[in-house]
Parts: sequence; C-alpha cells; structure tokens
Amino acid sequence: MLVKLSSSALKETRWYEYAIRFVLGGCATVLAGAIGSQFGVSVGGLFLALPAIFCASATLIESHERHAKEKAGLSGRRRGQKAAALDAAGAALGSIGLAAFAAIFHATVGASIAFAFVAALAVWASVSVSAWWVRRKLRVTRRSHRPARSPSAKRSRFVKP
Amino acid sequence: MTEYLVRFVAGGLIVSVFAIFGDMLRPKSFAGLLGAAPSVALATLGIAVVQHGPQYAAAESWTMIYGAIALACYSLVVCHLLMRFRLGALPATILAFVVWLVVAFGLLAGLGGAA
Repeated sequence: MLVKLSSSALKETRWYEYAIRFVLGGCATVLAGAIGSQFGVSVGGLFLALPAIFCASATLIESHERHAKEKAGLSGRRRGQKAAALDAAGAALGSIGLAAFAAIFHATVGASIAFAFVAALAVWASVSVSAWWVRRKLRVTRRSHRPARSPSAKRSRFVKP
Repeated sequence: MTEYLVRFVAGGLIVSVFAIFGDMLRPKSFAGLLGAAPSVALATLGIAVVQHGPQYAAAESWTMIYGAIALACYSLVVCHLLMRFRLGALPATILAFVVWLVVAFGLLAGLGGAA
C-alpha cells in the first residue's frame, strides 16, 4: 500500500479530541520549560522527547477503530488494540528520526539557528521515512521466505497496515 | 507568566498540526511516525534559542537524544503490552511511562549531559 493523505479521516475526529491534544501538547511544552528552569538544561532536554500526547493519540485510535467495527455489529476491542499497536510501532521508528533531529540540531545550532531548525527537520523526516521503508521491505522479504500456511493462518497479527 | 502562556500556545499549536497530519496519513504504521514528531522540541528549542542563546539550546538537544532513545523503548513496550498482554491503549501508555523515565534518566546518569 502506498502512503496516502486523506482528509476523510478528519471527519471522524470530534472537536474535543483536537482540544485534548492541543491542551496536552501545550502542557507538555510548559512542563519541559519548567523542568529545564528548575532542574537544569540536561534534565529539561530529556523532556523534549516526552511521549506527552501519545497516550491521547493511541486511545483515540483505539476508540475510532473499535467504533468502526462495532458499527458493523462485531466486537472491535481487539481491532482497536491492534491499530494502537501499529501506531506505537510507527512511533518507535519515528524515535530514530527524533534522535537524528536532536543530533543534527546539536551539531549545527552554533553555526546558524535557522539552518539548524531546517536541517534537523529535514533529517527527522528522511530518517523516519527511511526507517519505516526499511522495516516494511524486511517484513515483505521475511513473509515471502516463509513456507505456505493455511489461509486463516496467513492473516497478519496486526490490522491491515 | 507570559512566557508560560507563549509556551502553552506554541506547543499546543505545533502538536495539533502534527496530530492532524498524522490523522490524515495512511497506512497507520506510517502515520505512527508522527507520534515521535519533534513538536514539543520545536517550540521549546525555539524559545530556548531566543531566551538563552544557541549554546543552551545545543546542550538541551544533546540530552534530547537520550529522551528519543527512551521514547523508542517506550513505544516498543506499548506495542507489546497491547499485542501480547492485550491491555487497553490507556493503561498500556500509562504503564509504559515508567520505562521512559527509567531509560531516559538511566542514560543521563550513565552518560551525562552535554559538556
């Protein structure tokens, strides 16, 4: 499946779900600043990679998937868990990009502030996408080398990615 | 007070933009990449550069690498709690936060901050 950008998913999200993420994001940024002022720059830096809104995002994904399945008259609990797990797997790969963002910013901010932000964002995007692409290729290769199984056993443990 | 208000609005806006973008992306595993977007970092580092200068922001971004490694461990633990232990998303993400704290502070204690 190719990467797609679809605006239809936005219709499923209610206004208060955006509000929750805005408030959590704002609180995480205030917390990172407050901890930096209170405990020093080293401890404050850790909180720049705080999984602040991950909790809200995963819960929303789980509830959307569960409701979609329940609309069809089926239990959506497991489907919701699998969708949230896929999101978490993506975030694990994105963390490699986040570490690269921090490393590039650290190396370049002394030379030029604007360049440091642009370069760090570009490296974050390219490293994250590359990590996702490599994992996808490895999964496809592993699957194609597996012996044939019964049709029911062939189904992935995860929801369709 | 104004500083915290600016932090709140800037952080909230950047996080929301990445979250909306993540909602629109398919497949889900790709959209998950945005779960580790540098949203809090962009707002905080931007303010740090203006307030304290580039050296301060550089020191902050060094320990952010430890935070990012901790986030990778956190995400993997969440994934396993959901798939193997069949926990709901909310308890899984809250429980796994202990892992983030242990890894992040463990790396800081073991490797130290920026010189």
